[in-house]
Amino acid sequence: MKKYWSFFKMRLMAGLQYRAAALAGMSTQFVWGSMEILLYRAFWLEAPERFPMGMEALSSYIWLQQAFLTLFALWNWETDILESVKTGSVSYELLRPTDIYSMWMARSIASRLARASLRMVPVLVISGLIPAPYGLRLMVSPVVFGLFLLSMALMVLVVCAYSLLVYALTFYLTDPNGIMVLSVAAADLLGGAVVPLPFLPEGLRKFAALTPFGSMQNVPLRIFSGDIPPAEIPGVMGLQAFWIVTLILAGYLLTRNGLRRAVILGG
Amino acid sequence: MKLYFKFLSIHFRSAMTYRASFLLSCLGHLLITTNVFLSVVFLLDRFDCVGGYTLAQLALCFASILAATSLAECFGRGFDAFSRILSQAQFDRMMVRPRALAFQVLCQDMKPTMLARLLQAVMMLAWAVNSGAVAWTPAKALVLALMILCGAAVFFGMFLIGAAMCFFTMESLEIINIFTDGPREYGKYPFGIYGKPVLLVLTFLVPLALVQHWPLQYLFDRGPAWYGLLPVVSLLFLLPCALLWRLGVRRYRSTGS
Repeated sequence: MKKYWSFFKMRLMAGLQYRAAALAGMSTQFVWGSMEILLYRAFWLEAPERFPMGMEALSSYIWLQQAFLTLFALWNWETDILESVKTGSVSYELLRPTDIYSMWMARSIASRLARASLRMVPVLVISGLIPAPYGLRLMVSPVVFGLFLLSMALMVLVVCAYSLLVYALTFYLTDPNGIMVLSVAAADLLGGAVVPLPFLPEGLRKFAALTPFGSMQNVPLRIFSGDIPPAEIPGVMGLQAFWIVTLILAGYLLTRNGLRRAVILGG
Repeated sequence: MKLYFKFLSIHFRSAMTYRASFLLSCLGHLLITTNVFLSVVFLLDRFDCVGGYTLAQLALCFASILAATSLAECFGRGFDAFSRILSQAQFDRMMVRPRALAFQVLCQDMKPTMLARLLQAVMMLAWAVNSGAVAWTPAKALVLALMILCGAAVFFGMFLIGAAMCFFTMESLEIINIFTDGPREYGKYPFGIYGKPVLLVLTFLVPLALVQHWPLQYLFDRGPAWYGLLPVVSLLFLLPCALLWRLGVRRYRSTGS
């Protein structure tokens, strides 16, 4: 455990080196969040009765999305891992006395947390100051807030387990770009990045909620804003847990098998 | 001019050498914009119209902005990736060559994958044009062409500002993305949707509404004919951009090597 912790600290410090970049990123995210909210406001003013979420809930959803963007965005791949598999330098990792899958997992979680922890605070604070229906609404109740945190943790695991599955597939494919491009597009649409899931047509919405992408940002962000009623929360979090187990198992087996199959050329 | 086409063909051939990866990144760009457009379709499916615009009208708006940005990104890529040229000290080499600096930067890099987006924009335009969103006249067709070309010019001006800022900061600033990547995302709706303050900023400060919101009012018969000429006015934006670039070049000191 200690080695993973020190790895996390390393990543955090590396991220802190680029403070100017983080500041620029924050203001960009702030503008983007505002534009998004202004857009939905136009629809809300047009026909409030057809709005599938409360305006407050939607604003909270968008601000959290902007604050935690780097935490759950699937396009935030660990390029080092991909390169190491492609170039074969993954063989060095085999010499280390740690299991490679857990090492990759620790690495993915660490760099996501490090990137997000830099950016989230200012966005959360500023959006909390914006007046009612357009700002970040405070938690519905302490219990819901606790569930939100738990579901955030599960979400990070789903995202990382999915990315690891893609890295593991790199052992078998000559070019992982295809599957990465498709994954990002699918996650954008089915995960609620381009439009929050409640806005999708009924059939697509139900399908999206069942896919692993639907267990990503969709769940914690909607739990926070109270859009998922408390009675349904155990169900959706159970589904998150199911995807974590499935994805980790698949990724772990593929990695083990891929390593066994891999022939590293010396030199 | 002949030299420019020479560079153009070099960039295309080098992109085509890795055909699979070229096609994949085309696919990636296509999927991203398709997703953005799908979000419009889904929302309009639920709300029927927004701010008085129908789906076909919004498709026309989205397609014109998409065409303008992909043209600018394809050919103006050199300025978009200027921080790399600076940090690798390629700019020093350019200064000793007997050609205009801006011309050399333009030739340095191009992004042929953006043509996939242009193709997508053309297909969407074809659909939107036929779907009866607009009662077409030759004048209106001309305005649409102006919107796309002047739009590309305004985006290009934005790249120029971003590049000029690199002279002062030595690295590219993510802030400029608000005005380069942002409009492609948010230009899917006429800027008037976002409310008056946004519209004012995008009319007088960064003239994006002049190539999108105002001429669209004319196309949809919601405004007077002179709105259709506003894209030409937006070209004035290029003046301060060029000035800033000049200023940057004069201030430039090599990073040395």
